[in-house]
Amino acid sequence: MDISTKSDTAPPPPPTVVPLEPGSRRPSVRLGDRIFLGLSRGSGILLLLIMAAIACFLAYRAALVLAKNDGNFLTTFEWEANGDPPVFGIAVLAFGTVVSSVIAMVIAVPVAVGIALFLTHYAPRKLSGPIGYAIDLLAAVPSIVYGLWGVLVLVPHLNGLYGWLDTYFGWTGILDWQGGAPRSLFTVGILLAIMILPIVTNVSREVFRQVPLAHQEAALALGATRWEVIRMSVLPFGRSGIISASMLGLGRALGETMAVATVLSPEFVIRTSLLDPGGGTFAQNIASKFSEATVQGQDALIASGLVLFVITLLVNGAARAIIARRKEYSGANA
Amino acid sequence: MAKRIDVSGLTAYYGSHKAIEDISMTVEPRSVTAFIGPSGCGKSTFLRTLNRMHEVTPGGRVEGKVLLDDENLYASSIDPVAVRRTVGMVFQRPNPFPTMSIYDNVAAGLRLNGSYRKSELSEIVEKSLKGANLWNEVKDRLNKPGSGLSGGQQQRLCIARAIAVEPDVLLMDEPCSALDPISTLAIEDLIGELKERFTIVIVTHNMQQAARVSDRTAFFNLAAVGEPGKLIEIDETERIFSNPSVQATEDYISGRFG
Repeated sequence: MDISTKSDTAPPPPPTVVPLEPGSRRPSVRLGDRIFLGLSRGSGILLLLIMAAIACFLAYRAALVLAKNDGNFLTTFEWEANGDPPVFGIAVLAFGTVVSSVIAMVIAVPVAVGIALFLTHYAPRKLSGPIGYAIDLLAAVPSIVYGLWGVLVLVPHLNGLYGWLDTYFGWTGILDWQGGAPRSLFTVGILLAIMILPIVTNVSREVFRQVPLAHQEAALALGATRWEVIRMSVLPFGRSGIISASMLGLGRALGETMAVATVLSPEFVIRTSLLDPGGGTFAQNIASKFSEATVQGQDALIASGLVLFVITLLVNGAARAIIARRKEYSGANA
Repeated sequence: MAKRIDVSGLTAYYGSHKAIEDISMTVEPRSVTAFIGPSGCGKSTFLRTLNRMHEVTPGGRVEGKVLLDDENLYASSIDPVAVRRTVGMVFQRPNPFPTMSIYDNVAAGLRLNGSYRKSELSEIVEKSLKGANLWNEVKDRLNKPGSGLSGGQQQRLCIARAIAVEPDVLLMDEPCSALDPISTLAIEDLIGELKERFTIVIVTHNMQQAARVSDRTAFFNLAAVGEPGKLIEIDETERIFSNPSVQATEDYISGRFG
């Protein structure tokens, strides 16, 4: 640590203030400033316009087909959007999306936090560099490659795990396995967990790195072990960062398309057991159905995409609320 | 229980750099000993060897002996974590745990050391806050975050946290350098009270402060930048400031250098 920062170091020089020109009521604005102001303001407005235009377009297309829908958009277990009249509902997709993402989070977040803690507080410097690099590489793998790996390697190797879960947790109903191919929401969850691991790890690692040394020394000086230092100073300081990291990961899991579409064996049903094949997610459904969809079918898929968008917004809002609730106790006050 | 510190032949390194060399001194129980000396002379490093915090720094290692009463802190059978539970420390910048309330900050060390009943815990927290002259200012907002206090209050909160576990020794690393004069005075008064119960070692850059609060003063110096810091002399504070036995001390005290 830096013990050389003493109180007697010279203060920084005062910031130089550009005086107003005498006599002028307002400071003269130079041409460069004006151009830059116009550019940046224009970019901001353009962004809002594009967002609004996309939203209007999607909402309009969705509204067209929702008016004709013969099923209930929220509860129908069917997707015949090309028919006349169309019958479609998002219940299966919402269930599949949320469940597979939750499984991914349950697996990935503890592992990612563990890796991040290891890299920042346990691993020798020589080791933490290469491991961090390997995790970055994990993030660089395209999602279709994960999908192929999932269906060719992961799925054939999951029978053992499925059998074990069925034997010990089959009685719960949700982990009851009928012996079908393990191309279920559970497998999708495992795959998604691997895919979101890098982002959750990296963000957590950056947050843990920023825990002030002073807080860790405070715990150490009280006679805390390394784990107690982490529990007393690192985790509380990093709490909001872990939540943000998880939300970034969740966002990716909710929207993941190709890997899910490759691994899942889709069917428009909700199974009580997570281990049985079937189900679907919003993004997977759009990807699978878009190429054969009529204009009306596309509109129905757009409507489902809007629901995914709303779910993502809700999740983010909830995360912000959690962070804000304990704001005065956050490390930001330090 | 205040204990005597007996250091002999202590040398500390940062990697291959020798920060302090061959320091020996004795600190009596229930006294205040001040370390003074120019920046980089190793007084903070030396302080941190007294509770084995020095070795937390990457590359930090120590040779020599530190006896607390008759126990060598650097014996291979001693757990550094246990050392830090009996030798408390207050840092240069107030560092209450930002995520904890005032109450939890004071109770933090106790909760590490064992389980206490709620009433017991509240009693110790109150006693420690009173001991740190902070009780009257915070008794109505014990469950508010510690980071909401002023700098001087935060530093007294850190002192309360350190004394709550009843350490044998209290180390203070420039505890007032980030504080205004009023808060500094409050801390200095507090040090005078705390020495009835604890052995106190304080690093300070402020020579008037050393003269005001300490019984004995140790002067550290280094021959040149990059050279290890050494203990030049340690003596009664009065003597150090009136009639030191080494010329370098007198030069430093009288402001001829440093």
